[in-house]
Amino acid sequence: MHLDNLYQEVILDHYKRPEYKGLGHDFQIAVHHVNPSCGDEITLHLRLDNNSLLQLTWDGVGCSISMASASVMAGLLNGKTIDQGQPILDAFLALMQSKGADAGDEEILDDAVAFSGVSKFPARIKCALLAWMAYKDAALQVQGISGARENV
Amino acid sequence: MATPSTQTINRRSMRLDAQELRKDFPIFQRTVRGGQRLIYLDSGATSQKPRVVIEEESNFYSLTNAAVHRGAHQLAEEATDAYEGARQIVADFLGAKLDEIIFTKNATESLNLLAYAFSNSEPSGRFHLKKQDRIVVTEMEHHANLIPWQQLAKRSGATLAWFSIDGQGRLDLSNIEEVITVNTKVVALTHQSNVLGTINPLTAIVKRAHEVGAIVILDACQSAPHLEIDVATLGVDFLAFSGHKSLGPTGVGVLWGRVDLLEQLPPFLYGGSMIETVTMAESTWAPPPRRFEAGVPNMAQAVGLGAALNYLNKIGLSRIHEHEMELTEQLLLGLSENSDVEIFGPNNLEMRGEVVSFGLANIHPHDLGQYLDSRGIAVRTGHHCAWPLNRRLGVNATTRASLYLYNDSLDIDALIEGVRGAQLYFGAR
Ligand SMILES: Cc1ncc(COP(=O)(O)O)c(C=O)c1O
Repeated sequence: MHLDNLYQEVILDHYKRPEYKGLGHDFQIAVHHVNPSCGDEITLHLRLDNNSLLQLTWDGVGCSISMASASVMAGLLNGKTIDQGQPILDAFLALMQSKGADAGDEEILDDAVAFSGVSKFPARIKCALLAWMAYKDAALQVQGISGARENV
Repeated sequence: MATPSTQTINRRSMRLDAQELRKDFPIFQRTVRGGQRLIYLDSGATSQKPRVVIEEESNFYSLTNAAVHRGAHQLAEEATDAYEGARQIVADFLGAKLDEIIFTKNATESLNLLAYAFSNSEPSGRFHLKKQDRIVVTEMEHHANLIPWQQLAKRSGATLAWFSIDGQGRLDLSNIEEVITVNTKVVALTHQSNVLGTINPLTAIVKRAHEVGAIVILDACQSAPHLEIDVATLGVDFLAFSGHKSLGPTGVGVLWGRVDLLEQLPPFLYGGSMIETVTMAESTWAPPPRRFEAGVPNMAQAVGLGAALNYLNKIGLSRIHEHEMELTEQLLLGLSENSDVEIFGPNNLEMRGEVVSFGLANIHPHDLGQYLDSRGIAVRTGHHCAWPLNRRLGVNATTRASLYLYNDSLDIDALIEGVRGAQLYFGAR
């Protein structure tokens, strides 16, 4: 059944047992993104620890694709630097634009390759990207803060 | 005098045969998602089109195309006749006068036209709004009948107020005099909610609005395609509906206004066709409806809409409505047998139409919609352009089935089965 391409086990597992869900109180940047076409919402709390490693928590309401994507993303990015996160973000964006042609690089994307099927469902790409776009926004802001700090 | 038994027979023979009707709609010849029958339950978003409409629109281009109201040639004459003929069909459909019908591109434009025309009103004019004035809407409005008024309130300094809804998704009119105050100038509301299916009672609202001198604007997008409408009986002052939800083409909507009001209403779009005289410094306006139809209009689409309304008239809106209500009853019953389903909106047939929105425990509407799609069932999921209403209901999204004349009880069975299938698929049971 073609639907299984979309709803891979990994995705439904993350949807049912999301990781890093529940907003941390200690954060430098909070971003809130919505998908205006369907009403899905996500909030990210982001902080760079003393070693410049990402500490990321999230909360949101939405479909299995958007919520699982947030969970997978948080798992991939937590504990990495922003620079280390960049190729992961790039790889995920490329995967979403691949129209199903790309299976995704498991070395970089790990569980997130499960979203390769999503790219064949044009209406769902935005769901999968919701958290990642929020992260992209948050990463720019947190870099702004740390950039400003370095200039002091 | 007819005996009861022949009456029953007559009534039965009057019933719609949706399967037979579907043959009039070319789209039902195609299949979806790997050869499955198309089960189209999204007519509230846009209806499918019968062949006569597609042909009428196409014939306009093939046979009579020319700019209406211009040109001294035969084609211009025939095109004008076809376009004005469509206006007459719309007027008859609403029980209105010919010059009260304005063609727009959709209902959204009809409502914006009004709100901007109000803004263009002279301070001494009937439609001018100022700081002390009030605009009243409801919590169940589609964005198309909320944002134009919200923004008009911002532009004019007037206050925006609204009726809220009760637990059954009906308007709470208990405080009608506090909502429609003596300062109220505009009351804009939907006839039938595109989310809840609620049909709003108009009598008390129209009475109170007119008592305080307010203008009543009705969003009939979800009612005009399904219910017989007579503007005089409704008593409202303006009414908007969409061609594309009424079997007509996209790109055409309707604004009806009482002629005495349209005559006082300033234009919104300026340009060709809408003028009386023009000098380099000044212009005066044509009488309605042309004052509100600047530029070469959507002729082929208007003509297509005429064919659509003729098609609806031929079948009869009351038969269509009866057919839809039978299916709605089946749907409400079937869904309510599933304890994980929550229906938003009236759960009985009283003052409700053929739009049913619901939630399913542990399965997001978008996932349910995707699953149903895999079985050939087209529903709408999301906030249905009524975000404030969703907030009021305490949800981010719902799943909506909306019916029309070409649906039958097999479609309803498929949906109810499909919901159970989704529960198995996503393992929510
Ligand atoms: C209640 C209601 N009002 C307004 C609209 C907007 O109609 P249109 O697409 O013709 O602009 C819709 C359509 O979605 C609707 O359901």
